[in-house]
Amino acid sequence: MSKINFTKTAFHNLFHKPATRMYPQQPRVYPQRTRGHVSIDINTCIFCGMCMRKCPTGAISVDRAAKTWTIQRFGCIQCNCCVESCPKKCLEMLQQYPDPSSEKYTESFSQPVPPPKAEPVKPAQTESAGKEQA
Amino acid sequence: MSMRSVVPFGPQHPVLPEPIHLDLVLEDEKVVEAVPSIGFVHRGLEKLVEKKDFNEYVYVAERICGICSFMHGMGYCEAVEHIMDIELPPRAKFLRTIWCEMSRIHSHLLWLGLLADAFGFESLFMQSWRLREKVLDMFEASTGGRVIFSVNKIGGQRKDVDNDMLHDFLRHFDEMEQELKTLSKTFLNDYAVCSRLKDVGFLTKEQAVELGAVGPFMRASGVALDNRKLGYAAYPEIEFEPITSNVGDCYARCDVRIREIFQSFDIIRQAVGKIPDGEVSVPVKGFPKGEHFMRVEQPRGEAIYYVKANGTKNLDRVRVRTPTFANLPGMLETLKGCQLADVPILILTIDPCISCTER
Repeated sequence: MSKINFTKTAFHNLFHKPATRMYPQQPRVYPQRTRGHVSIDINTCIFCGMCMRKCPTGAISVDRAAKTWTIQRFGCIQCNCCVESCPKKCLEMLQQYPDPSSEKYTESFSQPVPPPKAEPVKPAQTESAGKEQA
Repeated sequence: MSMRSVVPFGPQHPVLPEPIHLDLVLEDEKVVEAVPSIGFVHRGLEKLVEKKDFNEYVYVAERICGICSFMHGMGYCEAVEHIMDIELPPRAKFLRTIWCEMSRIHSHLLWLGLLADAFGFESLFMQSWRLREKVLDMFEASTGGRVIFSVNKIGGQRKDVDNDMLHDFLRHFDEMEQELKTLSKTFLNDYAVCSRLKDVGFLTKEQAVELGAVGPFMRASGVALDNRKLGYAAYPEIEFEPITSNVGDCYARCDVRIREIFQSFDIIRQAVGKIPDGEVSVPVKGFPKGEHFMRVEQPRGEAIYYVKANGTKNLDRVRVRTPTFANLPGMLETLKGCQLADVPILILTIDPCISCTER
């Protein structure tokens, strides 16, 4: 009898669905907590640099002057430290893993730099001057 | 007079995914001596502690090994917490216990699969790994990672698991237990499996003590030592006894590991039944100063973490003694006198993890 221990399992396998998933035809459904990659809502970011200081691998760099947030996708270890430390909650951990690549790449996000303040000041002065005249 | 020859084993060998090199001195087909050489995957992780903040080093510690990653991170955290006199909230301790036992289940299932693969029972290997996959899915649902969990931090856990999810896990473990019972019959009673495992690679109780073997390798030789009894995490509140066997051959090691999986199911049930509500971490202030030895029971055996801190954000020294390193002398002893064809099985039965050993 001890020779046919596995027969039951083998027959079960014959008449049941495979244990594996037909990937990529059948996409993977990730659990909610899966740490795939970090995404940023750049318009909310205040460029405080907290994520850069908390990142254990130094994958994030923040340039306050140029209003740029940069991440090395292959340096990031998806530890979630930056997301937890963000004061404006503009960082988010999404479930999808980063795309495979043949080279280590970085991604940059930047806010549009506001136009110089000197220009809009002039019309304001003329307006107020106009009001005074009126 | 038989002829002596030297056959190299590894560092690339089909039975082991990791690099270990042995020079096997043979007399005909019989091994008379084995000379190991390690150091192929040394990564200098202990040296990194001088550059990393002691909080950041948790992420390095859990990358020492991909299988016991949770316990490596936890062992380091417990050592620093002892130095800083941090008392963890009870819920964090129970969560650590649950995740530790889940790590043990998936490590032992992985080992069972590798063992089946080593003696050529491919479908048994696939069935073992199919079961292991369920544990990895549970890890992903609770921690967010399948291999690297990043849930340990100094002062507690970074994530809580709600009670609904824990009870859901228990239902999965009940199903797994039934499936594992079926599989274990094949591992323990099948004629082909027994013919490869029984009466191969004996290690006596005296040898196990003398050569400093640890973990299931030691317990299969009849030494009832288990570091979980030392009382880290929530183990003082869990009832269990170390699982031993008095035989000391490869079959006994397989038997001990299978029974340890069932024991882990039981420990998780106890822990989920007793887990209190509350916080999972406490705030940590200041820097550690002092030194501590922490001993934890990993799936492969005892791991020791030595941490020396100097009161700054960088630690002076971290030393990790991993179970495979302690088991190597015992393994070399069992190799003496065995047949060349049994060498892969013998090496596998200590559950070697070379990446741990070399760090």
